[in-house]
Amino acid sequence: MYERMRANPKFQLLVARRSRYAWLLSFTVLIVFYGFVMTVAFNPQAIGQPVSEGSMWTRGIVFGLFIFVSFWILTALYVRRANGEFDALTQEIVQEAWKGNK
Amino acid sequence: MKRLLTALHLFAFTALAYAGPAIEATEKQATNWHAIGMFMVFVALTMGITYWAAGRTKSTADFYTAGGGITGFQNGLAIAGDYMSAATLLGLTAMTYTQGYDAYIYMLAFFVGWPVILFLMAERLRNLGKFTFADITSYRLDQGKVRTMAAVSSLTVVCFYLIAQMVGAGNLIKLMFGIPYELAVVIVGCVMLLYVLFGGMIATTWVQIIKAGLLLMGATLLALVVLSKFGWSPLALFDAAREKYGDATLAPGKLVSNPLEAVSLGIALMFGTAGLPHILMRFYTVKDAKTARKSVFYATGLIGFFYLVTFILGFGASVLVGRGAITAIDKGGNMAAPALAEVLGGNSFLGFISAVAFATILAVVAGLTLSGAAALSHDLWTHVVKKGNCPEKEQLSVARKATVGLAILAILLGIIFKGQNVAFMVGLAFAIAASANFPALVLSMMWRGFTTRGAVASMVTGTVSAITLIVLSPTVMVDLLGAKESISPLKNPGIITVPLSFLVGILVSLWKPEPAAQEGYSGAEQRMTLGPSAVEAMEEKHS
Repeated sequence: MYERMRANPKFQLLVARRSRYAWLLSFTVLIVFYGFVMTVAFNPQAIGQPVSEGSMWTRGIVFGLFIFVSFWILTALYVRRANGEFDALTQEIVQEAWKGNK
Repeated sequence: MKRLLTALHLFAFTALAYAGPAIEATEKQATNWHAIGMFMVFVALTMGITYWAAGRTKSTADFYTAGGGITGFQNGLAIAGDYMSAATLLGLTAMTYTQGYDAYIYMLAFFVGWPVILFLMAERLRNLGKFTFADITSYRLDQGKVRTMAAVSSLTVVCFYLIAQMVGAGNLIKLMFGIPYELAVVIVGCVMLLYVLFGGMIATTWVQIIKAGLLLMGATLLALVVLSKFGWSPLALFDAAREKYGDATLAPGKLVSNPLEAVSLGIALMFGTAGLPHILMRFYTVKDAKTARKSVFYATGLIGFFYLVTFILGFGASVLVGRGAITAIDKGGNMAAPALAEVLGGNSFLGFISAVAFATILAVVAGLTLSGAAALSHDLWTHVVKKGNCPEKEQLSVARKATVGLAILAILLGIIFKGQNVAFMVGLAFAIAASANFPALVLSMMWRGFTTRGAVASMVTGTVSAITLIVLSPTVMVDLLGAKESISPLKNPGIITVPLSFLVGILVSLWKPEPAAQEGYSGAEQRMTLGPSAVEAMEEKHS
C-alpha cells in the first residue's frame, strides 16, 4: 500500500507543489526580513525618517508593522492552501492506494 | 547619558533575559501582599488543573504530548505561552524603555522564525515524530548515535535556558515579592515539579494557556491605559518620547551598528526558535498536521500582537515614568513594566503584573523541564539504552524520575549561579539551538543523502562552535571577565556557526554515503507528506 502511494503521480505532484509553495513563502520572509536588517545596518538614518514630509509615522515603525502583519497573513495563506488543496490531494492519494490494494 | 550607555552595554544580549549584575545590586523590596495574593490564586487554580490532569495521565503519550488531544487554538496559545517568557515581557519592555527603536528590531527577529517554522517544519514534525525532535533527526539514521547526540544538545539548550530562567526568577521574585532569592528559586522548582510530575503535558499545556491568557490580558490592559493618556494614538506616544529623548529614540542605535552583528543576531534568533526542544515538542500535542499548522497560525498572531503591546509599554514607561526613575531601581530597566503598572494602576495593578511575571516563569520552566525529561527518558533511556524495547510502565517511571532529577538540577543551578550575570546564557541557548539542532533537523527532513556521521558531526560542530565563540565573545570576555579585548569580535556567533554546521553535515555525508539511510528517505518523505493519520484513518474506516 505504501509503495503504491509513492508510485501515484499525484504524490509527486503534492510533494512538488507543497515544497514550491513553502520555499516561495520562506524566501519571501527571508528576503523581506534581511532586507530590513540590512537597511538597519547600513542606513540607520533612513529608518528614523518620517514616511512623508510632516507625517508622524516613521519608516521604521511602519516597516516593522508591515512585517508583523504581512508575515501573519502569509501564515494564513499557507494554512489555507495546505489545509485545503494539499490535504484534499493527500486524501485522494490515500484513497486510491486503498482501492488499488483490494 | 553615561549611565544609559552602560546599561546599553550590559544589555548587549539581554533583551532575552532580565537577569544581570543590575538586579542583584538591588535592595530587597517590601513584601507585596497584592502580588502574593494573586500569585496564590494562580497556583491554587493550576494545582486544581494538575490534579485533574493527573487522572488523565496514564500513558507516555499522555505524559509527553497530552495524548495529542490539544486543539489548534489551545496549542497556539500554549506555544505563544512557551515563547513569551517573563524575559519577553520584562526584558523587551525594558529594552524599549532604555533604547527605544532598537528593541523593535529584536522583536522582529524573534517573530520572523515563526512563519519559517510553519512553512518548512510544523507538518513534517507532526507527521514524522512522536515525542521529541530527535525522532525526526534519527528516523532513518542510526538511532543510538544520532539520538544520543540530539539528546545531549537538547539537554545543553535546556540547561542554559533553565539557568537563565531560574536566576532571573530568583532575582525578579526577590525584587517584586520581597522574599529571599533562595526561597524564590525553591518555590519555582517545587511548584513546577508538581505540574510536570503529576500532570505531565496536559497540566503543562493548561498552565501555559492560562498564563498566556493572563499575560496577554494584563499587558493589553496596561497598554490601553497608556494609550488613553495619549488620546488613543500610539503616534502621539512615540512623539512624546521623541520630544523627551530626541530623534535617536525612534532610530536604530548602537545595538545593530555593525552589519555582520545585525545579520548574525537575526540568524541566531530566527533559526534558534526553530531549534528549541520545548517549542518543537509542542507540535506533538495536536492530533494531525492540519491542527499543527493552525496552531502556528494562532501562535504567530498572538506573539506578534504581544510584541506590539510590549513596544507600547516600553515607550509608555519611558514617557510616563521617565528613564531615570526605573534605571535607579535596576540598571537594566527590567522593572519598567511593573513600575508602569504601579504608576498607572497603583499597588493592585503592580501586584497583578508581578504575579503574571511569576506565573510566566513557572510555566516556561515547566515546559523546559518536560522537554528535558523527554530527551533523557524517551531518547536516551528507551531508545539508546533499551534499544526501543522498554515497557510502557518503565518508560513512564523513568520519565518521572528524570523530571525529579531535572527539577533538583534546576534549583541547584539557580542557587549556584546566584549573583552571576547569566543573561548571555539565553543567547547561548538560542545559538546552540540554531547551530546544533536546526541544521541537523532540516538536513534530515529535506536531504536524501544525509548520513548518521553527517548528523553527528553537524550537531557536535554546532554545539562546540557556538559555546566556544560565545565564551570568546565580547559579551563573556569583556563584560563578564573584564578582559580588555575579546578573541572573537562577534556577540552573536550565528553567522559563523549555523553555516558551518550545515557545511560539516553536508561534507561528511558526501564523504561516506550511507545507502540504508538513502533508502529510508522515501518512506520518511512519504510519511512527512501524507502523515500517519490519513493512512490510519483509512485503515480504521475499512476494518
